[in-house]
Amino acid sequence: MLSKKQARTFFLGGTVVTFLVFIGLTIYSFSKEQDQSNYGNITEQVVRGKQLWEANNCMGCHTILGEGAYYAPELTKVIDRRGEGYIKAVLTTPNAWAPNGRKMVAYGFSDEEAADLIAFFDWIDDIDLNGFDTVVSPLAKDKTNN
Amino acid sequence: MKYKSQKVAYWFFALSMLLLVLQLAYGFIMGFARIGLDGLHDFIPFNTARAVHTNLLVVWLLSGFMGAAYYIIPEEAQRELVNVKLAYVQLISLALVGVAAIVGYHFNWWEGRKFLEIPRQLDFLVVANVLLFLGLILVTLFKGKRRTTTALVLSMGLLFAALLYLPGMLPFDSQVMDSFFRWWVVHLWVEGVWELIMGGILSFLLIKLTGVDREVIEKWLYVIVGLTFLSGVLGTGHHYYYIGVNKIWLIVGGIFSALEPLAFLAMALFAVNMYRKGEKRHPNKLALFWTLGAAIVSFLGAGLLGFAHTLPQTNLYTHGTLVTAMHGHLAFWGAYAMIVLAIISYSMPNMTGRKLYLSARGRAAFWLSNIGMIGMTVAFGVAGVAQVYLERKFKMEFMQVQNEISIHFVVLLLCATILTLGIALYIIDFIKHGKPTDQALELQP
Repeated sequence: MLSKKQARTFFLGGTVVTFLVFIGLTIYSFSKEQDQSNYGNITEQVVRGKQLWEANNCMGCHTILGEGAYYAPELTKVIDRRGEGYIKAVLTTPNAWAPNGRKMVAYGFSDEEAADLIAFFDWIDDIDLNGFDTVVSPLAKDKTNN
Repeated sequence: MKYKSQKVAYWFFALSMLLLVLQLAYGFIMGFARIGLDGLHDFIPFNTARAVHTNLLVVWLLSGFMGAAYYIIPEEAQRELVNVKLAYVQLISLALVGVAAIVGYHFNWWEGRKFLEIPRQLDFLVVANVLLFLGLILVTLFKGKRRTTTALVLSMGLLFAALLYLPGMLPFDSQVMDSFFRWWVVHLWVEGVWELIMGGILSFLLIKLTGVDREVIEKWLYVIVGLTFLSGVLGTGHHYYYIGVNKIWLIVGGIFSALEPLAFLAMALFAVNMYRKGEKRHPNKLALFWTLGAAIVSFLGAGLLGFAHTLPQTNLYTHGTLVTAMHGHLAFWGAYAMIVLAIISYSMPNMTGRKLYLSARGRAAFWLSNIGMIGMTVAFGVAGVAQVYLERKFKMEFMQVQNEISIHFVVLLLCATILTLGIALYIIDFIKHGKPTDQALELQP
């Protein structure tokens, strides 16, 4: 029968080993050869867009890369789906955007801020998502096929 | 209650109850918004309500864990807490940081990162607060007459939880890396070190309630937390399938996530077996309800419902849908909310001397809140599965789908009302216990 000491060894040993493997896999994932996060194409404008994304807690309604709040549409591949003009109109309008009755906060971004956010979405679109991009944005996929 | 300083726990539990009420209120704001009743949109838009709802959850659970530690550690270490005044300072500062964050969210003051919305300036105050808490707990433990496995596992969970907060404070230019390391905090908390805290509290409660030998309970505690880490650390991979990192995570995450329910199953079997084995029949039946309930419901919510969508092939379709909300609600409820409610139910009669062990109100609180939460989980699940099929299989537009599934949110709101009734009864019971008193020191359960 298992003793308490053996049980403790199982706990400590298992934890240390799995954590070391976890760290190793993290380093492997972000190594230059394996990286698929589109890291090399991050520009200052993309960073500004990301800062706006965070400062306004867009993730509190939308999802991006499948992460967020499921209250508003997924924004991965949104440029393919809607086009830049539509997105710019949503971002810059002083009135609450409310497609099908669900309201968005009226941010009234400046043209420059809207361009920063669009650059951020554009950067997101070129990340290799292991196939998720084709599922999450069927309209974009259809458009490409047509 | 054996030590006067254990009374500090009461105030942490009281703070927990207050924040839980607020959490429910903000949950209703979101639920109503989903059925088109968003009259508060101009003052509390959905993203504010959502940040407040999830952050209140984290803070009330942490306050509950801290209260549990202040109650359990002196009893396990067999000495008074090293400094009671500092514990109150820690309580007040925790409440102030929490209130500042919540108020700030209403004025666009946040970081906009799911679950970690607290602004950077307040992050540092959180770190200082947690360091003070850990200092008090660890010094008490190491100055104590004994260092039990239960106390060590609980303290280790709290210490690791504090350390794992740090990766969430690293700034990144890449959304992918931001997300990757955000999960180091969120996943490794809830599917890792928080389970140590849960295990520690569960072990303490089982020792007290069942009378089974400490050595037996603590041996199995090691096995369970061992299984938790063995599966949970690499199980983090299920968050990495589709966010822009290497495919290796599909394999690693898939395999280890599939093992995660085993840890929860072991915990449920452990709790039920210890109860069966125990010869002592503690009169505090309500605490027993919540304790066994936590072990069983966490297996359903965190274990089974988590497994339901962590296979990469399934997650490809469910990632970023309401299916996640289904799992999230029952997992947090079963694993963490119920264990906090269990330790409160156990300790309140001991701190106040009022032995409201099996009131009809207490029983109704248990059943109503559980039935309400399970109903909510089903409503989220049906909405989520319908969303997956309509949006991702039949390619319907997002808002069209949302309108189709909004009826499930009416059901959700009804079930949330049942949950709220249960919580209201629990809080009435809490208040009826009155304040903690030194006279309770002499009373034995």
